[in-house]
Amino acid sequence: MPDYETVEHDVLIIGSGGAGLRAAIEASAAGVSVGMVSKCLLGKAHTVMAEGGIAAALANVDDRDNWKVHFADTMRGGQYVNNWRMAELHAKEAPDRVRELEAWGAVFDRTPDGRILQRNFGGHKYPRLAHVGDRTGLELIRTLQDRGVHRGIDVHMEVCVIELLQDGGRVIGAFGYDRERGKFRIFHAKAVVLATGGVGKAYKITSNSWDCTGDGHALAYHAGAALIDMEYLQFHPTGMVWPPSVCGMLVTEGVRGEGGILTNKDGKRFMFDHIPDNYKAQTADNEEEGWRYTQGDKKARRPPDLLTRDHIARCIVREIKEGRGSPHGGVFLDISWIKQRISNAEEHIRRKLPSMYHQFKQLGDVDITREAMEVGPTTHYIMGGVKVDADTEMSTMPGLFAAGECAAGINGANRLGGNSLSDIIVFGKRAGEFAAKFAKGNKAGQINAAQVEEAAQRALEPFSRNVTAGAGFEGPYQVQFDLQEMMQNLVGIVRREDEILRALDGLQRLNARAQRVGVTGHRQFNPGWHTALDLRSLLTVSEAIARAALERKESRGAQFRDDFPNKDTALGRESVVIRKGANGSMQVNREPLPEMPEHLKQVIDEMK
Amino acid sequence: MSTATFRIWRGDAQGGEFREYPAEVSEGMVVLDALLQIQARHANDLACRWNCKAGKCGSCSAEVNGIPRLMCMTRLSQIPLDQPVTIEPLKAFPVVRDLATDLSWNYRVKKKIKPFKPRPPDAADGTWRMAQEDVDRVQEFRKCIECFLCQDVCHVLREHHQHEKFIGPRFLVYTAALEMHPLDTEDRLPELKQAHGVGLCNITKCCTKVCPEDITITDNAIIPLKERVVDEFYDPLGWLAKQARNALKR
Repeated sequence: MPDYETVEHDVLIIGSGGAGLRAAIEASAAGVSVGMVSKCLLGKAHTVMAEGGIAAALANVDDRDNWKVHFADTMRGGQYVNNWRMAELHAKEAPDRVRELEAWGAVFDRTPDGRILQRNFGGHKYPRLAHVGDRTGLELIRTLQDRGVHRGIDVHMEVCVIELLQDGGRVIGAFGYDRERGKFRIFHAKAVVLATGGVGKAYKITSNSWDCTGDGHALAYHAGAALIDMEYLQFHPTGMVWPPSVCGMLVTEGVRGEGGILTNKDGKRFMFDHIPDNYKAQTADNEEEGWRYTQGDKKARRPPDLLTRDHIARCIVREIKEGRGSPHGGVFLDISWIKQRISNAEEHIRRKLPSMYHQFKQLGDVDITREAMEVGPTTHYIMGGVKVDADTEMSTMPGLFAAGECAAGINGANRLGGNSLSDIIVFGKRAGEFAAKFAKGNKAGQINAAQVEEAAQRALEPFSRNVTAGAGFEGPYQVQFDLQEMMQNLVGIVRREDEILRALDGLQRLNARAQRVGVTGHRQFNPGWHTALDLRSLLTVSEAIARAALERKESRGAQFRDDFPNKDTALGRESVVIRKGANGSMQVNREPLPEMPEHLKQVIDEMK
Repeated sequence: MSTATFRIWRGDAQGGEFREYPAEVSEGMVVLDALLQIQARHANDLACRWNCKAGKCGSCSAEVNGIPRLMCMTRLSQIPLDQPVTIEPLKAFPVVRDLATDLSWNYRVKKKIKPFKPRPPDAADGTWRMAQEDVDRVQEFRKCIECFLCQDVCHVLREHHQHEKFIGPRFLVYTAALEMHPLDTEDRLPELKQAHGVGLCNITKCCTKVCPEDITITDNAIIPLKERVVDEFYDPLGWLAKQARNALKR
């Protein structure tokens, strides 16, 4: 084996967003040495884009809130296929994690009596989201980053992991390359935490950054760990639709939390027509009551514009399909109308939604204090991911942990807005804590030179294919674009068996093309090469999504099957599990969900 | 659909040159769209950083026609397209390759600034009370996305290369955010005066002009810090009062 640079850590964390940083801080506090690998520069991870807030039952704004309500809201939003234990831990521990951020320097917006302010969000019964205007993710990542850099964490910036290293069924490190110099690096660790975020870049229209390529999902899968819930992919109902250059860019749910309304081309608030039965009791049936709710009237029920994301996305798709959409193929989202209700509306909008104001003004020539926005669904978040133990976040492979978006369970079939920032700090902390514990109790494993060499050879192959010679090779970008286009069209919001089967066919062809991708230039900071290497992750997660979507012959949460439009009670008691088979092909199975204990069933019944 | 020409700097630490590439222009496009199009069609290995393409992460900083900007927030409609659009890497930092520069100095500087140190909690449950009016100015500073455009445009760094003596506007804003945080109890004034070189800023306000987050860097962060340093170290009455206080403590 060539002499690759090798670094040793007790705990290696892959990913530098909120989950990775929180895990790193916790592991470091436990007294072990910690390394963190970041695909981008520190502080630039996708967490930075989270807008609306962190869900935690602090009960600062409405004292009726508590962990039980948050738990019941999360389970209802997830269509009761969430891992109940994760939902319980999340609801119970989120308030402490938020208060801890304040102790570390985060500056949240304040209530009149000086406490952390909370705002309304879809699916949350009470105002629950601690926030900083509409840039909460920036506040969170910066607070954790600044806390982390003073704790002796080794940060490997702009390093990309391409393989998890194993020793006898246990994960003992990782192998990757640094983007800047293009050199390989071996990470030898006693425990590894995946915190790599989402998969949005498998789709054409997405709110996700370039680096959300499902690396953690794919690394875990290829190492032999189980993935669950991959059919549950969230399309955020409100992304920008115009101009084309910004199509998919997120428009925060906070707009609706502050009183923004969804209308079609006829000016009709179409969400009032489609309130699901299990939300009827807690949803306003008239505009007046909905407005009072957004203004803090505790007697009012929330407007249907704040129903869960899966449902709103489908309603928007229907409006567009039936010809009631906006000029550029979306619907209207209007916050400017609140000037009919409050006196200083323009200033209020700019203050509560500064990024949205700026984003539309700068990129879309729309002044949101004066006119409606055009919005449509955008690929946003995957509920599925690495199957983990609820308490420790260890995957089905010893030594491999996962937290945040790349782990599955907490969100079930649909995630509530605000529950991802709380997820990453609650389970990031737990992953760091238990990875450190695992590292203390286990010796370092033996690196398998053959495994390293095979990964290195695979990574270098694209350089041997001369794309300019017309020898049947092509560059990586077109393969990526074609994949994104296909997943968007065939495994999107509304799914059908024949389309998914076509997608699986298409994936086979794309896999073959990916094997013939060539790159130009050399190994130093070469985005063409990086894109070629990312294809493996993108193709793996795309296949997992398609196969899981095919397996679940029902509609539930984010999975909507046109050919099976109803829920199937039996399927609702099972998860779809994806594993790599002995012959290297993808295996799909169904396994029963863990049984919820009586006391939590009671909590859910009480909150109905 | 019209086309425009982009004159992009290609090279590394050893040197480089401008190369011209065509890009198809469509409605609403930003400079980063053109760059990614060129990367996909003509120059697969064109190095540049970007992440969110939404003005939130501060990764795609570069100089467009000589002005430091976020490429993802610069509309093509804002710049003349009848002549080639020049895109170059930031000047205040060493080039790695093409448009990517070595920003590691910024991370080292930040590590040297004393961290947040809160006063004891105000309430029995371990929480604090702060009024919105008292956090407004800190929230302005905390909007910073660390794009380092202010560092790039600052002549103390860009032309005079005082990286060892001056932390630059970004980290003066960062220090201000800590110093003006209602809960913070740390004292950062001695190093602000000495090692961090607040005195080297001569208030040309170039940093404020390029800030994509519209942070009033000079007026709201740097000048108040300068005043605090002056009050602490150069005000004779203040000096006397401090001596008296110290004498009393003894």
